[in-house]
Amino acid sequence: MVKKFKININGKNYWAQANQTILEIAKENKIEIPALCYHSDLEPLESCRLCLVKEKNKKELLTACSLKAQPKMKIITDSPEIERARKINLELLFAQHAEECHDCVWSYQCQLLELAKKYKIKINRFPDRKKDYPIYQIGPAFIFESAKCIDCRNCVEICQNQGVGFLKLEKKFLETRIIPSRDKNKDCIYCGQCLVHCPAGSFEGVGEFEDVEKPFLDKSKTIVVQFAPSIRTSIGEGFGLPVGNIVTNKLVAGIKKLGAKNVFDVSVGADFTTIEEANELVEALRKKRKLPIFTSCCPAWVKFIEFYFPEFIPCLTTVRSPHIILGGLIKTYWAEKQKIDPKNIIIVSIMPCIAKKYEITRDELKINGLKPVDYVLTTRELIHLFKKRKIDFKRIKPVELDMPFGIPSGAGVIYGATGGVMESALRTVQKIITGKKRMKVEFKQVRGMKGVKEAKIKIGKKILKVAVINGTGEVSKILMKLKKNLHFYDYLEVMACPGGCVGGGGQPLPIDAMVRKNRAEGLYQIDRKKEIRLAHENPIIKKVYQEFLNNEKNIHDVCHTVFKKKKKGVIKILPPRPI
Amino acid sequence: MYYGNKKQFMLDIIEKIKKSGLRGRSGSGFLTGLKWEMVKNAPGTKKYVICNAAEGDPNIFKDGFILRNYPEEVIKGIEIALKVIKSKESYIYLRKDYFQKYKQLLEKIIKRRKLSTKLFKKPGGYISGEETVLIRAIEGKSLEPRKKPPYPTTDGLFNLPTLINNIETFYFVPQIVDGRYKKTRFYSLGGEIKNSGVYELSEDLTIETILKMTGNWPRFKFFVQVGGTTGEILLENELKQKTRGLGGIIVYSFNKTDPFILMNKWIDFFRQENCDKCMSCREGVYRLKEILTPSKFDNKIFNDLVFILEKTSFCPLGKNISLPFKSLIKKIING
Repeated sequence: MVKKFKININGKNYWAQANQTILEIAKENKIEIPALCYHSDLEPLESCRLCLVKEKNKKELLTACSLKAQPKMKIITDSPEIERARKINLELLFAQHAEECHDCVWSYQCQLLELAKKYKIKINRFPDRKKDYPIYQIGPAFIFESAKCIDCRNCVEICQNQGVGFLKLEKKFLETRIIPSRDKNKDCIYCGQCLVHCPAGSFEGVGEFEDVEKPFLDKSKTIVVQFAPSIRTSIGEGFGLPVGNIVTNKLVAGIKKLGAKNVFDVSVGADFTTIEEANELVEALRKKRKLPIFTSCCPAWVKFIEFYFPEFIPCLTTVRSPHIILGGLIKTYWAEKQKIDPKNIIIVSIMPCIAKKYEITRDELKINGLKPVDYVLTTRELIHLFKKRKIDFKRIKPVELDMPFGIPSGAGVIYGATGGVMESALRTVQKIITGKKRMKVEFKQVRGMKGVKEAKIKIGKKILKVAVINGTGEVSKILMKLKKNLHFYDYLEVMACPGGCVGGGGQPLPIDAMVRKNRAEGLYQIDRKKEIRLAHENPIIKKVYQEFLNNEKNIHDVCHTVFKKKKKGVIKILPPRPI
Repeated sequence: MYYGNKKQFMLDIIEKIKKSGLRGRSGSGFLTGLKWEMVKNAPGTKKYVICNAAEGDPNIFKDGFILRNYPEEVIKGIEIALKVIKSKESYIYLRKDYFQKYKQLLEKIIKRRKLSTKLFKKPGGYISGEETVLIRAIEGKSLEPRKKPPYPTTDGLFNLPTLINNIETFYFVPQIVDGRYKKTRFYSLGGEIKNSGVYELSEDLTIETILKMTGNWPRFKFFVQVGGTTGEILLENELKQKTRGLGGIIVYSFNKTDPFILMNKWIDFFRQENCDKCMSCREGVYRLKEILTPSKFDNKIFNDLVFILEKTSFCPLGKNISLPFKSLIKKIING
């Protein structure tokens, strides 16, 4: 039992627990305290100096994000003094931040702007001090606009927590700046968690939002849009729907309004990934494979291995990620059926992810010289585009997905949550190994938001040692274990983002533990209601394997890839934008 | 020096320090005896003693003076502290140039006294002398202050109870134990005076007496800054009081000193030396710099910046930056 006690806030009593902060208690009880740099994923950095409160009869102002509750504490969260301090500090914060509100990942959900209105501050009381600060383009995926940065350091902290440490502080002359590391042994993996934790919108994907129209401009081409599993329970948030709301068919309807005739589901691609990956697992179970298997659907994780731990590249499954497989099938199998020259097909993937923008630039994925996917737009970019085209998402009439790639199994849908890839594979492996008709479908041991989930899974008479990791912070430790004993695990699922794709760097903001949980819950709900919950039972999968993926060459060209050691990516400095 | 019941002896030392009224000489003036008692009583078997000789204030040079003249006394002080808190782990934390200059000398004494005291070279500037930054520096972390409480007395180096005292404080400990303590302190005298330097004099003297005793009372109209760079500005008629903080007295000629140039010197120092972690100090100092010219000076902005610096800065540096500016503007510019 956690010991509870009462504290007094603004004259009223509230329950508190030891170790709880005043800010947490205030949030629970809907007492408003502005807190910009606070993020529940991080230890309080106390840098923005806005969540100021006062303990009764004490002189100093304290930060609620770090102030721990004590029995009999008396706290005041508002007074003329507190208001004055917050106001001046907000004005100072604004003077650091070059506003570009029409093109911001927070899309008017901006806390800074909200606080400016609430405290009626003059946002230009002090001249912008960072307007000439550089814009960095990091690899082909990611932008860091340092002119928007308010120096809260959340990005540096989360980058460190992710086990990457690419963003760092540098004190030069008189000021400390956050910069991408020039160290050749450090590189960005494009997970986008800095973006998720930045309150000032200093990070964005390449092209976000200036290039959102680009994929839809060439009317002479057949435009095919496919969307990732996790989008269907997150995109509604961009239009004020509850977190985790399932909006699959509204999403289809919206995309059709953009002019795409064919809308397919990447979850169907996930079913192909599952089949291929399950085959590798079966080999492992039958002890034909000497190495543990690592999932490779997450391009940020793949980059992590290729850059930081290339010695583990042989462990990565060669199976392509779901949208790459489906893109490949659309440009081969489907194109042939539709009698369309694949050169005239443009495939747009809607992804929860920044790293997917990087993944599609990988040359080794090309099939007959063509990229399987031509554009990646993030969930946020699609929301932006819908709004730009005045598409009323809330009221739009739902539309069914297109055939043949419109009905996934439940397994394909849960790919969007941490543990989903593994669970899908286990469902199919179980069938292959035991051959039973009726069996357990759910593997709850691999679900949930814990950073590392370890389990021993019994399949038939065999035991599979598995670990599911979300967030790359803990990965190094796991890999060290494997260095000592290669058979410590048989199968590892890693998603670079906490929570898996539901918490991805391309998803609508804000994102915290509760948001990730609700989005994932939506996906599991879809799975529970599906009649077909196993990838290998999906009729379209069977059909494509019969008709097209019936020879080594096609399977290899469409479903498999290669990985190699990566050197540090290019960091470009772009000219400042006119603001 | 050591005789009789050992336990009683240790208690006696703390009692003696308490009775002496000795206060820490790092500037904040916490009662030394009380601090020692807190570390002694803190639970845990492994504890640390750290002697702080980081001296980052450009107007203070007493740590260097003590290192040059009394290294033996300082190390004796550390030795007594180790015995009192029952520990063998200690550090002397030294400014870079002091580290280079006095490394050999100190190591010789440490070896002769059979101690295992380690010397640690301060990695950064002014802020690295602040005790929580000092701890993080030895731990190999970034040079930023951390929140207090918990205090180093219970959660210090590597989260273990740690006694951190200024080098001057350690210097006086053997005197107190041996009954030789005469309630003196070290004064750093500088600025426009003839005999600048460090003086060990009674801690009860007024600034006026000190300047006169040392032959430094100017013949021209002047003002002084007391303590260190964050110290207050005092006029000639305000000198019948003791100095404070780090015990510095800097004399400025009233006619020759341009107050804006002086303030810019201070603000450049703070911009250079603050850690940039908390918004209030980082932006507050930046915006202060912007208005520190006669034509751009804006009273309302100045007052607002001082208010947030004092009220909302994370660490004592930010909270104390404004005092010299406020007093200079009030007494010299508007006075």
